[in-house]
Amino acid sequence: MWRVGTVVALHDETATARTITLKVPDWPNHVGGQHVDVRLTASDGYSTVRSYSIASAPGPQGRIELTIERLPNGEVSPYLAQELAVGDRLELRGPIGGWFVWRSEQTEPIQLIAGGSGIVPLMAMIRSRASAASTAPFRLLYSVREPRAIFYRDELQAQSDRGHSVSITYAYTRATPKDWPRPPSRIDAALIANTTWPSNLVPTCYVGGPTSFVESATDLLIAFGNGRDKVRTERFGSIGERK
Amino acid sequence: MSSHAHEYIDGNAAAGDLSKIFAVDVTAAQGQCANCGAIRRFAEAHLYMQAPGVVARCAVCEHVLLRLVNVRQCMFLDARGMAYLRLDM
Repeated sequence: MWRVGTVVALHDETATARTITLKVPDWPNHVGGQHVDVRLTASDGYSTVRSYSIASAPGPQGRIELTIERLPNGEVSPYLAQELAVGDRLELRGPIGGWFVWRSEQTEPIQLIAGGSGIVPLMAMIRSRASAASTAPFRLLYSVREPRAIFYRDELQAQSDRGHSVSITYAYTRATPKDWPRPPSRIDAALIANTTWPSNLVPTCYVGGPTSFVESATDLLIAFGNGRDKVRTERFGSIGERK
Repeated sequence: MSSHAHEYIDGNAAAGDLSKIFAVDVTAAQGQCANCGAIRRFAEAHLYMQAPGVVARCAVCEHVLLRLVNVRQCMFLDARGMAYLRLDM
């Protein structure tokens, strides 16, 4: 069933990513980690569907936020991340997906691992945890190209400063802040061992990002002693834009 | 389109298309591969969307679990690659 959402706010997260706030009448409340399908139809009738993760926590007002990274060769993301304006309408289907989700009843340690825009569904989990006043122990390992590519920077900082905080580790792959102890590199076994929950605490792990990133992070988690059934994944593909 | 022609994503991404057919979320259901016998969540299957339609393959042996193709007003669903699917009702 398709619903029509109206764009009520736009906010740039980085030079290439934008958060779109939509008001959707009769929106059935979602769970952190779920996605929506967005359908765009051209004037000639050609229509195309893409999946995007919801970034916001569930709330009472029928509003959802999507953060969309503009992909150079994307068919849909340049429109959503650049041309869309407040007042425009989008067709939406969802919320969708019952596996890559965190529910506020979960009290076990949670390990989140994000590569680039893979942070979006994990941010919805962090926001859901805050809005539910959950004290479930959360850790986030967030791999980004460079400091200015971080999404939700101030809000993540606030989440790591508050009581019952979310512990956050950044890993930079191309350029680091000044005097950063770790040279630019991909997530590796040492970083997993030093910054993620010990596997004997049996954390539930959520890994989001491009397919190759998810593959490698998942393999490292399993090599570190986590059970395959404790690692849930959301691969975006190399295009980051799911058909 | 991706330059990685055979790159897969997670079964999660088929949830929207499957919701057109099933009343409950199939991606959280457990299914058994008819080829190797592995029991996994559908969300863990490898999903290929470059084909005309959607192909889900077993994450263990890459056997085709399910194919879903939309032709005009018809949906073709081929799920013979799964021995069973356990849905939480």
